[in-house]
Amino acid sequence: MPILDFLYKPKNELEKGGRAVAPIQADANEPEKTCPNCHKAIPLSRIWANFNTCTCGYHFRMSARQRITFITDKGTFSEMFKEVTSQDPLRFDGYKQKLETVRAASNEEEAVICGTAVIGGVKCMLFVMEPNFMMGSMGSAVGERITRAFEYATEHRLPVVGYTVSGGARMQEGLISLMQMAKTSGAVKRHSDAGLFYLTVLTDPTTGGVTASFAMEGDIILAEPGATVGFAGARVIEQTTRKTLPKGFQKAEFLLEHGFADAISPRRYQKSLVSMLLKMHCGGDEL
Amino acid sequence: MSTGAYETVRKARSSGRYTGIDFIKGIFNHFFELHGDRRFADDSAIIGGVAYLDNTPVTVIAIEKGHNARERMQRLFGAPNPEGYRKALRLMKQAEKFHRPVICFVDTSGAYCGIGAEERGQGLAIAENLCEMMTLNTPVISVLIGEGGSGGALALSVADRVYMLENAVYSVISPEGCASILWKDSTKAAEAAECLKLTAKDALKLGVIEEVISEDNMEQPEFFAGLREKLKAELRVLRKDPQLLDKRYNRFRAFGRTE
Repeated sequence: MPILDFLYKPKNELEKGGRAVAPIQADANEPEKTCPNCHKAIPLSRIWANFNTCTCGYHFRMSARQRITFITDKGTFSEMFKEVTSQDPLRFDGYKQKLETVRAASNEEEAVICGTAVIGGVKCMLFVMEPNFMMGSMGSAVGERITRAFEYATEHRLPVVGYTVSGGARMQEGLISLMQMAKTSGAVKRHSDAGLFYLTVLTDPTTGGVTASFAMEGDIILAEPGATVGFAGARVIEQTTRKTLPKGFQKAEFLLEHGFADAISPRRYQKSLVSMLLKMHCGGDEL
Repeated sequence: MSTGAYETVRKARSSGRYTGIDFIKGIFNHFFELHGDRRFADDSAIIGGVAYLDNTPVTVIAIEKGHNARERMQRLFGAPNPEGYRKALRLMKQAEKFHRPVICFVDTSGAYCGIGAEERGQGLAIAENLCEMMTLNTPVISVLIGEGGSGGALALSVADRVYMLENAVYSVISPEGCASILWKDSTKAAEAAECLKLTAKDALKLGVIEEVISEDNMEQPEFFAGLREKLKAELRVLRKDPQLLDKRYNRFRAFGRTE
């Protein structure tokens, strides 16, 4: 793919290339999903073939494993820190049971998956948050995994690519979860001070304590189209201020407009963009 | 279950309590307030400036709630906007340059929740403070004097030592917020307060703070004199510590660490 392809908007169906948009004929009995944007029922296979987006451009939420498959070079992801799992530091009423239920339902141990990977030929540390695990909330295990990822990347001089999706801090871990904001920020700062590259991709939704820590600390910040990104929740703001929120408030486009994201990155072109940015931060030939 | 924790929350929020300004007046001399973040505005919820701690120049930063209704409105009830955090960071960087220790007084229900705050990057402003405070090359002490509301409080509490007044609280979310999210019922705030372990005693047990400051003789002049001596003694130790920044990193690194 030529280098600037991801900036190029196809003008017609043919120009969109062979991979996406309706190459797959769905059979009649196939399950469908209704797009919340265009309200059309789309066969699942077509959504999957389009990187979990609708033909109208709507980006569905995506599990961490699915993202890892689509962003990394085939077979290069090697998971780390799997042994780090949530404790119940406050013995918070009902938290242990909640964790068990969520683990069974999501098939994941925690709300973030970390590991080394190769993306477009460049080795990096990758972390991807999981929306199906308590909406990617940050407890001690999420904080610990991310901190370890940055410490490992600093030690081995690797760039970090991070996909964020989070409802914020995990309140069942109280102050210990709040402290993860400082802990992860410290690790990001050390990685940054070592002259290493950190790229964040903000996905829907990224809010609260994650926005107010490692999500916003990237050297380059990308956001997926339509993603909601903010510190305070929109409903809370509306209730507190009794003001109607402007259209598109806290959406990726709003972020770009107000200077908090470098670019909006549609999934279809995301891997080539991430690869290019990684390559650009690996140095080059002496002039 | 007793309503002990929620009673503390009430005390921490009560309007009769000392605010940031009272602590500045009580402890320091020649406080000179510095205004503005040099980017956008001056945030009235955060007061910052230079002062003497006996004979030592220090940088003081305090979240100020105000004493009466009018002041509280003007200071947004001590809920800082991004420019408040950016002002604080500017003053901290200045302190680093002139080798002054930084002392913060924290009292907020949380960072301001509003359209403008989001437009100006509330999340980023807090995130930047967390990063920069972690490597700020000068001693930092934070004292939680009333409410320590979530990220908005943490943004001034990435410190070498964190103290809490006996009736202060420190929490990731307000008990009301927690109750309404978990149980869809904000009237269960008292139960949530118990679960959240947000009192000074709990925070000490969790290792989040170093010391609980007794409020026994709060009305007496000895109260501030005692605090002054404590700060001086602590700063003497911190100033000489060649591993200050490593220790600060490890102080926070320890929370939720697994081997």
